[in-house]
Amino acid sequence: MALLELRDVTYIYGDNTPFRSVAVDHVSLSIEEGEYIGVIGHTGSGKSTLIQQFNGLLRPTSGQVLLRGKDIWAEPKKIRSVRFAVGMVFQYPEHQLFEETVLRDIAFGPKNMGLSEQEAEERARAAAGFVGLREELLEKSPFELSGGEKRRVAIAGVIAMDPDVLILDEPTAGLDPSGRNLLLNQIEKYHQERKNTVLLVSHSMEDIAKAADRLLVMNHGKVELFEDTKSVFLKEEQLEKIGLRVPQITKIMRSLYDRGIPVDPGALTVDEAIDALVPLLKGGERR
Amino acid sequence: MGFIETQNVTFSYGTGESEAPNNVLTDITMKIEKGEFVALLGHNGSGKSTLAKHFNAMLLPSGGKVYVDSMDTLDESLKYQIRRKAGLVLQNPDNQLVASIVEEDVAFGPENLGVPSEEIRVRVDEALKAVGMYEHRSHAPHKLSGGQKQRVAIAGILAMEPDCIILDEPTAMLDPQGRTEVLDTIRKLNREKGITVVLITHYMDEAVLADRVVVMDDGKILIEGTPKEVFSQVELLKNHSLDVPQATELIWRLRQAGFDFPGDILFEDECVSVLEKALEGR
Repeated sequence: MALLELRDVTYIYGDNTPFRSVAVDHVSLSIEEGEYIGVIGHTGSGKSTLIQQFNGLLRPTSGQVLLRGKDIWAEPKKIRSVRFAVGMVFQYPEHQLFEETVLRDIAFGPKNMGLSEQEAEERARAAAGFVGLREELLEKSPFELSGGEKRRVAIAGVIAMDPDVLILDEPTAGLDPSGRNLLLNQIEKYHQERKNTVLLVSHSMEDIAKAADRLLVMNHGKVELFEDTKSVFLKEEQLEKIGLRVPQITKIMRSLYDRGIPVDPGALTVDEAIDALVPLLKGGERR
Repeated sequence: MGFIETQNVTFSYGTGESEAPNNVLTDITMKIEKGEFVALLGHNGSGKSTLAKHFNAMLLPSGGKVYVDSMDTLDESLKYQIRRKAGLVLQNPDNQLVASIVEEDVAFGPENLGVPSEEIRVRVDEALKAVGMYEHRSHAPHKLSGGQKQRVAIAGILAMEPDCIILDEPTAMLDPQGRTEVLDTIRKLNREKGITVVLITHYMDEAVLADRVVVMDDGKILIEGTPKEVFSQVELLKNHSLDVPQATELIWRLRQAGFDFPGDILFEDECVSVLEKALEGR
């Protein structure tokens, strides 16, 4: 059984008004437990509306959303439990910090789930560790922290609820390159240890290429592609047509391949490219 | 004298007497010439946005001087003249658009400057054409894509006829297409209209398009030079939380592994051609 499934989901903003707009258009897909999925698409492609269906923040105009085979809207009053199972980190989540200390801010979610003060605090400490927040920051006010640290506090607040699915909407926007790498590495580590399901929405093709196993490509409210990362980035022309790009390193390897050099045209990272090129360059020297 | 010139600029937030001054900028001396395209890099908290806000008197130096077109920013009476010379575009387009129709939004700036209405009409049309948004002049800004909104924000600055545009991470929230649109617009304004551009960015593939790159670290200038000069310092940049384009990284790592390649590769096509040459006739 799939962990999450959409069956013919359509979402329409302003239905029955002159401003009617179809944001998600008859989408069916399923996601298995433990997958790391990248979600890409141009602005307005429907990806943000789509991910809000997964935890019941938006209710489909038609179609069904299933979590472990159960329609999440079968009992609308229980939708809160879905939000604990499917955690969502919004864009610029640091704007939502409000507690007096970092620890209390992170513990807010688990306390809301009905855990005791002590359990919530334990969860919060563990979550802080996962995102790499140093112990001495926990008693500080969140507002004394740097932008990158605040972002990690907000993500820890969702991780502390220990959701089965973690959805992150552009978690690295506005971070500098090292902040970006640090955050992505920590999410990857958490994913490896917890074996949870991650959905990462990003405009950075380089980040997506490094992180995701499978890519969901949205275009005009429909699923354009839903395949493993490498095969998506081999479709450069199709991606460019819908306003997307491939990572620079993939472009380079593709050009070499097109010039008859025997390399993988779908190499996704600089590491992969190095592994492919070094033996070729060495071979060239020998002859 | 440069168009923008800073002389030993120091800046600190907070003036409490008990607090030790916490310098965000320390002794910055730099010059930006008229018509130059300068990229300003640095990790979060390095002081680059703080410095850029000195370029149009949004912030005033705690020590030292800033001159914009020879006007001292500390001279309160010149403040509006300075802001007219150098306009600022921010990261989030949604926070910058004020009107419900694109052309009204672009007219907001010149209206505030007291420009006569016939001239406003001309300026708005020209600004919208320059950023490629003239066809959308009667649309509602909230219905535009991120890249389009950002181009309208740039048009709003252009309509005030500045000599210089300062952009603080204008593409951070945009999709790849939107980033390309904004970057193409910036380059066109720089080349065709001679507008001085100061671009703050975390994207190294944008910085390589500039005439000059200035890297900030801990409130000081770490290194400056042409993109080739700066990005050949891969180790230095990495030690200061910065990155280089993947093309540069690839060639740098091959050099580290003992292969003979030039040290100043910035672009895909350069990278492909040196690799192809090395692998020729295997």
